[in-house]
Amino acid sequence: MIISIASGKGGTGKTTIATNLAFALGENVQLLDCDVEEPNSHLFLKPEIKEEIPVIAPIPLIDEDKCTYCKKCMEICRFGAIAIVGETVLTFPELCHSCGGCIAVCPENAVSEMDRELGKIERGNLDLIEFISGRLKVGEVMAPPIIKDVRTYEKKDFINIVDAPPGTSCPVIASMKGADFILLVTEPTPFGLNDLKLAVEAVKILGIPHGLVINRAGIGNDDVKKYAEKENLPILMEIPFDRKIAETYSKGELVVRAMPEWKEKFLNLYNQIKELAGQRS
Amino acid sequence: MKIAVTSKGNNLDSEVDPRFGRAAYIIIVDTDTLEFEALDNSVNANSFKGAGIQAGAMVGEKKAEALLTGFCGPNAFKTLNAANVKVANNVTGTVKEAVQAFKDGKVTFADEANTDGHW
Repeated sequence: MIISIASGKGGTGKTTIATNLAFALGENVQLLDCDVEEPNSHLFLKPEIKEEIPVIAPIPLIDEDKCTYCKKCMEICRFGAIAIVGETVLTFPELCHSCGGCIAVCPENAVSEMDRELGKIERGNLDLIEFISGRLKVGEVMAPPIIKDVRTYEKKDFINIVDAPPGTSCPVIASMKGADFILLVTEPTPFGLNDLKLAVEAVKILGIPHGLVINRAGIGNDDVKKYAEKENLPILMEIPFDRKIAETYSKGELVVRAMPEWKEKFLNLYNQIKELAGQRS
Repeated sequence: MKIAVTSKGNNLDSEVDPRFGRAAYIIIVDTDTLEFEALDNSVNANSFKGAGIQAGAMVGEKKAEALLTGFCGPNAFKTLNAANVKVANNVTGTVKEAVQAFKDGKVTFADEANTDGHW
């Protein structure tokens, strides 16, 4: 079972839900932090990191002695990662998506692969909760390869909780694709609603069962609820805008740990997810 | 001498387009005769990524010796530099006015990009 936790808008509480859900379940569960531009699940779960694995992407290395400046590599690259000006070949590694097209089209065999480190994976655990987190190197922009690497650690017989990045762009799709259920987290504000709509549109295209958690319930207005009703989007949990919850978060602690009455609510959330995800098959 | 000017339209009376990579047109002008060629940059303007790089390679191809534009990012600058094209940023007015300013020595050439890249 793979549950991706997404939101559209940033800062709505994806990590709060992901970490607390993992902790409430306690075993047979792993948390995969795919918000690789700013991973923060570890701050709340506080796992012991036991292993760090670099994430490597191949980029083109051009042998200028063999190059005849025919521009075939430049023409095939839709990301503009290669430029040939006169008799100078420029490569822009940060734009390269490692497709290998330049290598395939070069008639002179002048293009070969070279490794470039994009970031790393951190692995560890907190008791029986397994933890995997991706971290993009500062200055890098290619998040999807790291997300895909993180997700290779998903285990079939486990509950895999994927903490997705905000937004609806490639890194988010990479974090949602192939999931059994997508849990959307929003706040009942106009910003929350606007970005929730975008996220719902993306999830519909992927065709994955989904449900909603409303965080900071009590602020804003009822528009999110009206939208959910109209869209037949089940509201699985509401977390009130509560000082004690905010304080717990600000100290980097888990709500389920500080306020044990929440454990039941998170387990109930999981049971609803299990049921909704199961309806598909 | 041939120079390139980013332009919102396809003639010398058009306004200078402040964007380089995603400019509507890039006009290649002969500073002596004012003869010009307007290059439609829509392919680069709509490109997914690397617009500045592609536009930079195009300007290099046309053997322009200088580029007058508004903003030039790091990758475009690197490409233009490799093509030996000098870059003057923060240029405004019409293309004709920009060319005149260049001829009067009133434009300053940059030694680095003046804006961040866009992802």
